[in-house]
Amino acid sequence: MLLLVGKRLISMALIMAVVSFILFMVFETDKLGVAGKVLGPYSSTEQREIWLEKNGYNEPFVFRYFDWAGNALTGDFGDSIQLKVPVSEVLWPRLGYTAILAGVVFAVMIPLSLTLGVLAGLKEASLRDRSITVISVLTTSVPEFASATLLTAIFVFWLGWLPGTSAMTGGFSWLEIILPAAVLVLYGFGYITRMTRASMAEVMTSQYIRTAILKGLPYRRVVLRHALRNALIAPFTIIVLQLNWLLSGVIVVEVFFSYKGFGKLLLDASLFGDIYMIEACTLIAVFVAVLSQLISDVGYTLLNPRIRFD
Amino acid sequence: MNTNDHSMSQPARGFARFVQSIALLKESPIAIFGLALVMLWVILALIAPLLPLFDPNTPLEPFKKPFSDAKDGATYWLGTDHKGRDMLSRVIFGAQLVLIWATFATAVAYFFGVIMGVVAGYMGGWWDDAISFVSNVLLSFPVMVLYIIIITYLGSTGFNIVLAVTFASAPGIMRIVRGLVLDLKTRDYIFAAQTRGESPLYIMLVELLPNARGPLIVDACLRLGYTTITIAMLGYLGLGLPPPDPDWGKMIAETQPLGSFAGHMAVVPALAISSLVLGFNLLADGLREISLRD
Repeated sequence: MLLLVGKRLISMALIMAVVSFILFMVFETDKLGVAGKVLGPYSSTEQREIWLEKNGYNEPFVFRYFDWAGNALTGDFGDSIQLKVPVSEVLWPRLGYTAILAGVVFAVMIPLSLTLGVLAGLKEASLRDRSITVISVLTTSVPEFASATLLTAIFVFWLGWLPGTSAMTGGFSWLEIILPAAVLVLYGFGYITRMTRASMAEVMTSQYIRTAILKGLPYRRVVLRHALRNALIAPFTIIVLQLNWLLSGVIVVEVFFSYKGFGKLLLDASLFGDIYMIEACTLIAVFVAVLSQLISDVGYTLLNPRIRFD
Repeated sequence: MNTNDHSMSQPARGFARFVQSIALLKESPIAIFGLALVMLWVILALIAPLLPLFDPNTPLEPFKKPFSDAKDGATYWLGTDHKGRDMLSRVIFGAQLVLIWATFATAVAYFFGVIMGVVAGYMGGWWDDAISFVSNVLLSFPVMVLYIIIITYLGSTGFNIVLAVTFASAPGIMRIVRGLVLDLKTRDYIFAAQTRGESPLYIMLVELLPNARGPLIVDACLRLGYTTITIAMLGYLGLGLPPPDPDWGKMIAETQPLGSFAGHMAVVPALAISSLVLGFNLLADGLREISLRD
């Protein structure tokens, strides 16, 4: 077990190193370009040269990379070009907002999709199974910005129940979380439901479930005690991996509802060309994605009784 | 053996085979419905220049509701947008745009993904390690982040969008193909080919690839749906194809602030993209069901 975790940690560190190096290469190989971004498009070449000298950009590329990576490890990503404050000052609060949104999404999505998936998988090809499957395909086919448009049209403009933006201008408000979270849940729950359904259906046709039913155990008990435990192993890994998907989906949703989170920060930074902010956001996003991969791998081996470590 | 028997025992070729595959679809109503949705958009996109539509980029009368009459006795079936452009025309020409780019981008991604997967799976060893590592690095990016970085760095043109889709999708395709090849590689006909002295290239192209096509067709349908979403999403975020051509995502982005008094302007493209993606997803679902049945 420790060997597995160790191996995974090493490969995670390797991937982070490669990703950060590529990122640095892409955005900071052109030194004069960086200086131009910081000092503005009308700065003269001499001004840029002076800035480069002052900020240590004339050292060899590899040195600069290690400097940059070392600073990033301690949470220092430099100053934002657009906002003129340290990147970390903006980044952490924004991440907090996204974490709240993600928390709400998972809190609704996981119970919903597991329940639907189990209900569908219990009786394969029944009417219930068919309708749950069709609904989950239907909702997965509506991209986030389309369902956001439709939900806004209904609940904001037609019924007038909910606010159409979530900028939180008057302080934190749960009411403003509802629509962004609903959009993400709507798009995301179908996939987990279908995975749970497949896993449940497979377990229900297995030998040990048949034995349990044939020996006269009550159906409820067979499902709750015997089937569920094995059927939920596969969905667990899927759910953890959804973090990666959520980081993508959150960008569009945050932009649509002007939610002050991490995704909007990244998009604004990239539209402006704020390279230090882009680098920081990307590193964080990849770190979260790789970490979720690690958790899902290790969790799967821990949960799955068929895998034993000697 | 007479000729008739002979033709029966041979698998059909070319067009006959295509007809046979289409006939298989009737086993799944879901697949037929999906195919119908997709074909609806494909046909509309193909015959768009022949339809009696307004020009998609000409300003006429702004903020007309659906079904309202135009000056010259024609009808704005889906209304007009904030610049007075006919929505129906923009949605149909938008379909043309998104279908062309989504198909092209998916095809390019498949080209590279399949090559990587077959080589990694069949050659194994050093090849496999290198290709798998590159894929893992690319897969560790949340997709949207990868798109944003590539397009911020290279600029938003059609070619760069294809490139970004390739970077984001090829690793996933590679994983599927690699898995299929690892399974197929142990079959007798592969050993037979190796014993005959066929080159690795021949085995990969002629023996392995055609036999891996089943799951790949299902995956391609799903990916066409994702790529459609991606292209529209990039358009929505302001990173998509350059104006003025109608892009479904951009149509939503442009008209979203005006939703309170002319909601149809954003709802129409939202429904358009959802129906097209639904078509691809249902088709994929039906095909999977059919392939599992036999």
